[in-house]
Amino acid sequence: MELQSTPLSAWHIANQGRMVDFAGYQMPVQYSSIVQEHTATRTTAGLFDISHMGRLRFEGNRAHELLDHLLTRRVTDMQPGQVRYSLMCNEEGGVLDDVLISNLESPSGRPYFLLVVNASNRPKILKWLAPHLADYPDIAFTDVTDATAMISIQGPSSLSIIQRLFEPSSANLRYYHSVVTDQMSKPCVLSRTGYTGEDGFELIVRAEDAERVWENLLLAGREAQIQPVGLGARDTLRLEAGMPLYGHELAEDIDPFTAGLGFAVNLKDRSFVGSQSLQAIKSNPRETSRVGLRLTGRRAAREGAKLLDRDNRVVGSVSSGSFSPTLQIPIAMAFVRRELAAVGNTLDVDIRGSRSNAEIVKLPFYQRENA
Amino acid sequence: MKPEELKYNASHEWVGLDSDGLAVIGITDFALEQLTDLVYMALPEVGAQVTAGEEFGEVESVKAVSPLYSPVSGEVVEVHSELVESLEKLGDDPFGNGWIIKVKLADGASLDGLLDHDSYRKQCSDA
Repeated sequence: MELQSTPLSAWHIANQGRMVDFAGYQMPVQYSSIVQEHTATRTTAGLFDISHMGRLRFEGNRAHELLDHLLTRRVTDMQPGQVRYSLMCNEEGGVLDDVLISNLESPSGRPYFLLVVNASNRPKILKWLAPHLADYPDIAFTDVTDATAMISIQGPSSLSIIQRLFEPSSANLRYYHSVVTDQMSKPCVLSRTGYTGEDGFELIVRAEDAERVWENLLLAGREAQIQPVGLGARDTLRLEAGMPLYGHELAEDIDPFTAGLGFAVNLKDRSFVGSQSLQAIKSNPRETSRVGLRLTGRRAAREGAKLLDRDNRVVGSVSSGSFSPTLQIPIAMAFVRRELAAVGNTLDVDIRGSRSNAEIVKLPFYQRENA
Repeated sequence: MKPEELKYNASHEWVGLDSDGLAVIGITDFALEQLTDLVYMALPEVGAQVTAGEEFGEVESVKAVSPLYSPVSGEVVEVHSELVESLEKLGDDPFGNGWIIKVKLADGASLDGLLDHDSYRKQCSDA
């Protein structure tokens, strides 16, 4: 299958981006070095092309009703400008995707919802939505992924950079809020959201405006030494922030409670796809749960590495792991048998035939000051 | 050692014979450029046997683990163990102070069949 490019692929290639296949998209894994890009995001600002994420628009009087039926958190009480992290589950309570839902208003005053889904899950979600949309023929649904680009700016300097490029009313966005605005007359959905554990913003712009907006952000961030950041550092940043990645900590055979995302499931006085199963799982949890691990030594436990108890029994397995550039130790997330999943417990981890020691620690591994 | 006089694996290890006839093995500048962000290296013990084409250690970056393949067969007689503590040395001088192990060639073993400098460089630029 031919790889899809984003409106910024040409820029990445022209600027030493090392391109890889990610979820069918040709994406930069790094430009300079993962550690350098990671550190820039933690100390000043990093700029990410996240155009591969799916962007789906729902417009109509009953859009909130349909989305409320499909998402694990309430949509009907969302205020204009509010963004919520949520999950989509199947009837069995398995996670189909983790998403951001925004309640927005177009410049002409028409309310709509924007659902941001994972690139790898977009085809599946489109298929999943089809029969539901058929029940709501009055909802205007548009997949705006290809017509738009999505850019993320993250790090302590991102607010001052955004303030240079946007009207104060836009730049004053609160965390997990979103606004339809413009960047020097280019239409833009600006959100105070991110996937790094830092303060930051995500921008959705028209595909044809993507390079200009990207360049404007780089220019406005030049003094702060903003750097373009690839998927490699995006992964180490989200891992330090304890955030799940679909395909690793989330899958159709993992429920939200096992994944430690109970906060993203609202079962009170509502019914939605999967809610009955989720109620049952909540009162009778499955046998494993997601934990954070700090390892001794320098070797990272990668996905699939087995965790062993004192009697050498396999009691869990690593879902994501890397050397942490901020903490300078190997860290990992893993699914471990619930009775062994307490913070402070230690386990052995088998790294390609040799053993390291792993201590279960509280997530996230990294939290910014003033957060 | 002079890169032009060394032999190469397609998997980016170099090997050259020193004045004692020992095979000195390291990894190339091209490999290091590709790896970036090294955090760990696993090396064999002195006395270990290595076999041409087979793994003798591994190098780990933030992103991934890469096996190291021996270009020759023989016995490890020296290991550059200080490298493990200062992996930046590898990048500073990959063909000199970045050497990884020295191997006494097994009877009949040679550097024949490995890539010469030109063929190796060509492979890198085609990649």
